[in-house]
Amino acid sequence: MSYIIDRRLNSKNKSTVNRQRFLRRYKKHIKEAVEDAVNSRSIKDIEQGGNVTIPSRDISEPIFHHGEGGIRNKVFPGNKEFVEGDEFQRPQGGSGGGPGEGKASNQGEGEDEFTFQINQEEFLDFMFDGLELPYLVKKQLNNTVQYETRRAGFTNAGSPDKIHIVRSLKAAHARRIALTGKDRRKIRVLKQEVSDLATLLPNEQIEKKINQLKVEIDSLTQKLKRIPFLDDFDIKYNNLIKVPVPSSKAVMFCIMDVSGSMTQTIKDMAKRFFILLYLFLKRNYKQIEVVFVRHHTHAKEVDEEEFFYSRETGGTIVSSALDLSSEIIENRYSPSDWNIYIAQASDGDNWDGDSTKCSQVLSENILKQVQYFAYVEITTGPHQNLWYEYEKLTSAWPECFAMQQIKTPADIFPVFRSLFEKKIEGAA
Amino acid sequence: MKKKPISTGSEWDFDLIAEYDKEIGRIAAEFGLDTYPNQIEVITSEQMMDAYASIGMPLNYNHWSFGKQFVETQQNYKRGRMGLAYEIVINSDPCISYLMEENTITMQALVIAHACYGHNSFFKGNYLFKTWTDASAIIDYLLFAKSYISLCEERYGVDAVEELLDSCHALMSYGVNRYMRPQPLTTDEEKERQQAREEYIQRHINDLWNTIPKKEEESNQEAPHFPKEPEENILYFIEKNAPLLEPWQREIVRIVRKVAQYFYPQKQTQVMNEGWACFWHYTLLHKLHDEGLASEGFMMEFLHSHTSVVYQPPFDSPYFSGINPYTLGYNMMQDIKRICENPTEEDREWFPEIAGSDWKKTLDYAMRNYKDESFILQYLSPHLIRELHLFTIMDNSEKANLAVTAIHNESGYRQIREDLAAQYNLGNREPNIQIFNVDVRGDRSLTLRHFIHNKQPLSDTSSEVLRHIHRLWGFDIHLESVFPDGTISKSYHCPEQSKDEEPDLLT
Repeated sequence: MSYIIDRRLNSKNKSTVNRQRFLRRYKKHIKEAVEDAVNSRSIKDIEQGGNVTIPSRDISEPIFHHGEGGIRNKVFPGNKEFVEGDEFQRPQGGSGGGPGEGKASNQGEGEDEFTFQINQEEFLDFMFDGLELPYLVKKQLNNTVQYETRRAGFTNAGSPDKIHIVRSLKAAHARRIALTGKDRRKIRVLKQEVSDLATLLPNEQIEKKINQLKVEIDSLTQKLKRIPFLDDFDIKYNNLIKVPVPSSKAVMFCIMDVSGSMTQTIKDMAKRFFILLYLFLKRNYKQIEVVFVRHHTHAKEVDEEEFFYSRETGGTIVSSALDLSSEIIENRYSPSDWNIYIAQASDGDNWDGDSTKCSQVLSENILKQVQYFAYVEITTGPHQNLWYEYEKLTSAWPECFAMQQIKTPADIFPVFRSLFEKKIEGAA
Repeated sequence: MKKKPISTGSEWDFDLIAEYDKEIGRIAAEFGLDTYPNQIEVITSEQMMDAYASIGMPLNYNHWSFGKQFVETQQNYKRGRMGLAYEIVINSDPCISYLMEENTITMQALVIAHACYGHNSFFKGNYLFKTWTDASAIIDYLLFAKSYISLCEERYGVDAVEELLDSCHALMSYGVNRYMRPQPLTTDEEKERQQAREEYIQRHINDLWNTIPKKEEESNQEAPHFPKEPEENILYFIEKNAPLLEPWQREIVRIVRKVAQYFYPQKQTQVMNEGWACFWHYTLLHKLHDEGLASEGFMMEFLHSHTSVVYQPPFDSPYFSGINPYTLGYNMMQDIKRICENPTEEDREWFPEIAGSDWKKTLDYAMRNYKDESFILQYLSPHLIRELHLFTIMDNSEKANLAVTAIHNESGYRQIREDLAAQYNLGNREPNIQIFNVDVRGDRSLTLRHFIHNKQPLSDTSSEVLRHIHRLWGFDIHLESVFPDGTISKSYHCPEQSKDEEPDLLT
């Protein structure tokens, strides 16, 4: 007797929990691998999943087994030329299946590393693990101007298209019961009286009484009929209210210095940083726009290609870019609708005297409107005047301004992390 | 009169599977195979990988190591480095067999013959399975284990449970009772007993750690040996005697021990089990063909896959990875049948009691009463040794060269048979480690002894395992490797003993 069962439609992800346990256990290794990948990968495929390699000694489950040495008798198949008493050298290495490979080859040997794949989602999870957007919540609650219509019970006033029929009829029914109760009780009593009298022997007096009662019943019934089936105030309307919803739109400004002092390496580092920020924002917002602003002595809004690859020489006036950004915000991205993030990358070089203007523009115009302003200085040398000027801002705007220095490509991810590290409570 | 073939194409459907199952089942019954009822489940490759990861069981408790296994399988499968098995069969009542959806109808029929009638009857008949496993209770027990462990995770945290399981898994092959017969239990009984145990432990002081002063005269005697006899079941000993474990921890140790016990017979009967199943799929499908129920094309496909399963690459081939248990088992079964039906002079001399007997009875007897080691020792014939060109190599680390000690000739047959049988003796394969003593009066340290066999030392992962034992026991652990003459060759300690003998604390 056999049962044949089709299990193909059963859930196939029985191992998900175990897989997650595994990832959880090797979180440290995976994070390292992700960090390496972020730093070494080309920008275009940074977002894909990746291979994670863990040394197998870290992952093995130890058991007791025999080590090398001792006496072993092993039986092999396929003898061709050996006769009893033959001796030959022990094969080196043991791999390849020669007679040297014995039972000592236990699980875990032979393979030095355990490699497996994590998917894009997991990759990003590990990449941005422990990071958050600063003051996201606060901003959402304070400055929301976007609304969503939601149902919220019923009202007595409204437009005819919102009439709720069941509710209205229920109300009418209730009203009718309430208004007519007393009269109907009276009619019931009178009718009872009439039928009582009718059972008695008929005589004139009784008939007169009955007639009198009947007239009374009639007038009451008339009165009941005058009560309207549906009255104005019975009618109920669906109530719709507007609820403010947090804006799910974000705009990211990439501001970069393209003056002669910025080499392609520096630009590449900046680009990595911008991409990280873009990916991070993308995980938090439904809709995201990117504005590229580049500048030397003049600032200009450009497309991505031009932003990263065209090169110009000239002096450097950083404030021009900040002015332009401020203008763009005013024209296109109202802070009430948009979450604004600005990332500025530069080698720190600026025209003397302009740095003061920069900090002025920032504190007067920009910082009030943005969610976060991150400045990275990509330089191996000493800090330039812009850095010192910006340093003053950090204390005045601790919530939405941060700056860091990047020296080598390996710094990019750590710096990014430190800029968006989860703030400990109390600071918020 | 010949019947019409059941199928001619390669596509399968449920009706065809049912029909093949019916016919194969009928033929199996004619041959006298006694089986549990079958539950045939068709699954996808993803589900097959899930099954791989939970050691073939339909359900299991959660642990990262199963996740690792899954990730590994998935990775290898996706890259085409390995194929998945055509089937998995579970020793349960009813006997559950998984069939892969990708198989052709021929493969499905092969798998039905192999798993649903071959393995199934082996599970039901072999003495080891009868003694050690309870087919009707295993699924229920795993269900109990899974829910108990997830309850513990909820109550005591995933990390605590995971650590404990890690330690237990390290000792899994030492969680087996080799001699005592466990009583089969139903889930309800198991649950009842578990609660009773917990209660009992809570109410009673462990005698071992009783610190109530005893009479003067007793303390003058030599320190008592505990346990009195060395205990081979390390997990059992820990479950019953570890001083610091909480009741729930003991229960989890017990669960791991029970699962290990369940798989113990499978480790000991791989050659026989596969050989038996291969022999029967071969026999059953040929009978099917003789009756005309299987077409020529069906047989070609079946034989192609049969021969690749029972192929034994020679030792110097790049594909060689030890003796193929399918080959050895299948050939031995066929050889026994041959000895019964057409014995030669040599066979009569070597196997006087089976030569010329009824092969069905002889095979059935062998299946029921042997495990790999004794089966080979009893039934490996000179004929088969010659056919497989078996030879023994002695690898003595004290000598520079390897030596061929026996080949397939008159003087070598017995030696090869013994050597091959010894190779399947679990006692030789795994180091023989037993619990030797607990320092009851002193620091409560636990001493284990490794009884050295053939001068084979322990591998260097042993100190790792000691750390796991230390976690379970809670006090110092010592492991001594002892030569047969009683001298100690090497000892391991956890925590590591520093020179000034100061015990350092390990987490």
